[in-house]
Amino acid sequence: MATTMATPLSGPIQALPPVQMRAGGGLASFLRKVWAVAAKDLRAELRGREVFSSMTVFSVLAVLIFGMAFDLRVPEAKMVAPGVLWVSILFAGVLGLNRSFGAEMDRGTLPALLLAPMDRSAIYFGKVIANFVFTFGTALVILVATFFVYDVDLLQPLIFAGVLLGTLGYVAVGTIFAALSASARARESLLPILLLPVMVPVFMAGVALTAVVLDGGGLADVTNWLGILIGFDLIFLIVAYLLFDMILEEV
Amino acid sequence: MSTSASARPNRWTPMDIAQLVLGVLAVGAAVATMWAALVYARPATNLAGDEQLAQRIFYVHMGTIMGALAGFIVSFASSIVYLITRKLDWDRLCQAAVEVGLIFGMGTVVTGMFWAKPTWNTYWTWDPRLTTATITVLVYVAYLLFRNGIDNRQTRARFGSIYAILAFSSVPLTFFSARWFRSIHPVVFGNENPDAQGGFDIGSTMGTTLGIAMIGFIIIFSALLVLRFRQLRNEDELNELREELA
Amino acid sequence: MTLSTAKQTLISVQGVSKRFGRKRVLTGVDLNVEQGSVTTLLGANGAGKSTLMRIISGLAKPDRGDVVLGGVSLRKAGHELRRYIGLVTHAPLLYDNLSATENLAFYARLYDMEDAAPRIDAVLQAVDLWSRRKDPVRTFSRGMVQRLAIGRAILHDPPVLLLDEPDTGLDPASAELLADLIRTLGAANRAVLLTTHNLERARTWADSVSLLADGTIAFCEPAASFSEQSLRRLVIRVDRDAQDYATEDDMAPDLVGEQVAG
Repeated sequence: MATTMATPLSGPIQALPPVQMRAGGGLASFLRKVWAVAAKDLRAELRGREVFSSMTVFSVLAVLIFGMAFDLRVPEAKMVAPGVLWVSILFAGVLGLNRSFGAEMDRGTLPALLLAPMDRSAIYFGKVIANFVFTFGTALVILVATFFVYDVDLLQPLIFAGVLLGTLGYVAVGTIFAALSASARARESLLPILLLPVMVPVFMAGVALTAVVLDGGGLADVTNWLGILIGFDLIFLIVAYLLFDMILEEV
Repeated sequence: MSTSASARPNRWTPMDIAQLVLGVLAVGAAVATMWAALVYARPATNLAGDEQLAQRIFYVHMGTIMGALAGFIVSFASSIVYLITRKLDWDRLCQAAVEVGLIFGMGTVVTGMFWAKPTWNTYWTWDPRLTTATITVLVYVAYLLFRNGIDNRQTRARFGSIYAILAFSSVPLTFFSARWFRSIHPVVFGNENPDAQGGFDIGSTMGTTLGIAMIGFIIIFSALLVLRFRQLRNEDELNELREELA
Repeated sequence: MTLSTAKQTLISVQGVSKRFGRKRVLTGVDLNVEQGSVTTLLGANGAGKSTLMRIISGLAKPDRGDVVLGGVSLRKAGHELRRYIGLVTHAPLLYDNLSATENLAFYARLYDMEDAAPRIDAVLQAVDLWSRRKDPVRTFSRGMVQRLAIGRAILHDPPVLLLDEPDTGLDPASAELLADLIRTLGAANRAVLLTTHNLERARTWADSVSLLADGTIAFCEPAASFSEQSLRRLVIRVDRDAQDYATEDDMAPDLVGEQVAG
């Protein structure tokens, strides 16, 4: 299809090389564009440092403040550490999710993504990847901070698996809600209100899984929680994929 | 429909008739439910005192659950139909169903709490059904706040529908995780299973009363749904006219 | 899907209507732009020029009617048709934190361009931003941003170019560069549809001039004969909206100036 377009320009910009486009689409092309969107967000973050830094600073603050709040009344840090971990992830995550489409909206760049010859779910998955990197990175910071501040052995493979799956489900829902709320009035305060009640299964499964592992439970004791997290991830990635195109059909 | 009604004010549209019939039925249903629950139903034989008296709230409790459930199922279904047909009436139906469903949902939580106090000796417990009901109410409050934040009518309908579908998808997962969560959560009152305490055997008059209450509340729900739906339709029409004049 | 290279109508707007609420913005717009020609679209602010541009580019959907690009209906086509469209809008569609090269490289990937580096370099030279290519866009002046936005639109060499006020914020030299570019694109068999508030540019940059008023194309004639006569008709035609013009600061000087001259 590209061959018909390769007419070289003439005149002052004659030097422009003809455009060669990869023919056809297919999965490989789709994945390349998903990665292009994700890489663009990650690179912009490397240059601007607007999102990740505030997420991590907020999360460390949250862990410390929870520590102070519980210090006097809770006999064992182990009892509150799972809750602190997951509440901090959810709250810090909102900061990044708000910027995900908020930045495109503020700078008016969303039409550029919509003009591209690709299924618009590529925008969704690209943003999911970028948001996942930010949120999971923040979650790791929270894990380490909680480990030191509460002196609780959170750095265990099963907890990592839980945080990984929980974060994926969180950004799967969070990215589509961010796209929904981006054009609404007061989007910054709206997003957490939309997001948190829907995230209750992830929150409960995450807290329960972490608590069970801290109490010495093994894989067999947390399979139902891992099941909830995997089920949540799958359901929302699929439903979001089906619905996302309709969000951006007219902006 | 409403335009033809305004053009010929004396003519009854099918919607007017449905509204009137449902309204009359709803009043009848309310009276019948109250009579059945307070007079007709025999007291629960295995309960005594406050518990026996409080048990009668069960009929209203179950009734409101039916109303809330109907509201959220209607909102889910009409959201899907809206996204396919793009007819604003389906969005109005969704909004009406959420609003009416929310009233019943809050009724469910409040009657549940009133019932829980004499039975379980606490207003609040992390019972999975109570937790799920409360979270669901919050989800739909968020839906209404969200709609409010979007100015363009079509966008509001589209985004509202998408949110309603996504929100509804999380409700079963919330229930299951809340149910399993209890197994590790410290139990507030003696028994593991909340059904075991304050439970009762359903006698024949109680079964009939429950049926009356559930059907009665569905009728009340439908009457309110139709009223609110028509109100929203008039509101949209009024806004459009106002826009045109401005 | 292949766009034929034979001389043909590349942009065909067919009976497009669009309303926001009860406000009708476009009521049955018909407009054709042929391969190798440049058409200017005039109209007061709020006449629906940008809305029409958005509809042709697929960013907005018409309530009625259709847009046919190179024989392919926008309604029926999948996302592949967007490959053939280049758009300059009021927003520059550039990422502030990325450099000029990075911005173009990002779009090259979205448009499946193979081995895009030489093309990107050439475009940067064509819009005279070669020396600043490594600087983040946020450090650019308004004119530079606008030039890069134009470079972005022609990067994938689209046969259909939609330029919504591309001369905004351009200094005279840059405007001359843009004029050259538009002429070149026309000569290279592209179809260019542009809007501007400058009547002189509307006439000299394009092959034909159209006026969008009252939601339809009120007027369409070759740029060569678009002169004082047609301008008078134009002014009379839009006189009913005279109050609109009086309140539009950026529109008024051009139109009033010409009106007095005519």
